[in-house]
Amino acid sequence: MMGHSRFVLFLSGLAVALGLFGAGAGAGAGSSSNSSSMAVAHAPGGQAGLGEKVFSRCQACHSLARNRTGPRLCGVVGRAAGAVPGFRYSGAMLSSGLVWEEEKLLSFIEDPRGTVPGTFMGYAGVKDADDRKALLGFLAEAALTQECGE
Amino acid sequence: MTETNKSKKTIVAGRRRFLTNGSTMVLSGAALAMMAGAGGRTLIGEAQASENDVAILNAAVSTEYEAIAAYELGAASGLLSAGALKLGISFRDHHQEHAEALVATVQKLGGTPNEPLADYGFPLDKLTDEAAVLRLAAGLEKGAVSAYLGAVPILDDRGLAKVAASILGDEAMHWAVLRNALGEDPVPVAFVE
Repeated sequence: MMGHSRFVLFLSGLAVALGLFGAGAGAGAGSSSNSSSMAVAHAPGGQAGLGEKVFSRCQACHSLARNRTGPRLCGVVGRAAGAVPGFRYSGAMLSSGLVWEEEKLLSFIEDPRGTVPGTFMGYAGVKDADDRKALLGFLAEAALTQECGE
Repeated sequence: MTETNKSKKTIVAGRRRFLTNGSTMVLSGAALAMMAGAGGRTLIGEAQASENDVAILNAAVSTEYEAIAAYELGAASGLLSAGALKLGISFRDHHQEHAEALVATVQKLGGTPNEPLADYGFPLDKLTDEAAVLRLAAGLEKGAVSAYLGAVPILDDRGLAKVAASILGDEAMHWAVLRNALGEDPVPVAFVE
């Protein structure tokens, strides 16, 4: 049977492996500031696969092409916050004055309620920096797909 | 003090205790409202949740309404076998219970509950057989798991977080059963996300 100390050690290792201690958060801030929008838009294939996988979490409330619990995400990169027609935003989002450029979007994905206090988005955020970057790449590329075509 | 006796559990709002099979934990008034809000039962103690929690619960309300709409669409489609229909109705009822409890809690906390959308834009052209309907439902259940997983850590009221985690467990069971019905590995991963 696993002793108490070994079990605590096991849990600690597990939490690190899952990024639960927020190590990714700091890395994310750094990596986001070092990358360009072009790099995001042309993420390598592996990253694109990861981005789609991370996006599956967002699909709880979002889809690319239509408004659901959250607004449609086609064209979100570079869009003004609170600008999707027909979606009911929080007052906080409407008055944020934000434009979803890469750095701000990465910040919001990491900590929605910290970035825009009062947002209706009830999600803790994507805490792993690689996951956030891959997701941003996926969203940028999705804007070019048929699903997002008007 | 308000007390409601059930078969094996007693909820005492005044002391905010939830007793079941001998174990005891303390829940906030808001959590009690969420657990007892369905079916017209309202056992409210002191509300401790914040506006933050109201917003998070309201997002969950919308998620539940979408799931209810999907199951009702599936039930009315004529595409489901008797077994799948029974399953769908059962899961729809669970989501209805979740929604009622969440709405009651949002109202108790002074918020305005979200309303169902008039149109969820489900891909009707792709819902051509039972598997497609089940796949739509499975996708929404997986999404619900992610939604609650993303909500639990940021609910200020830990009692509410516990109840939200309870709903998460229910959604995960739905997802697994639907995957099994589709002939897929019902539990494909050790950690959901």
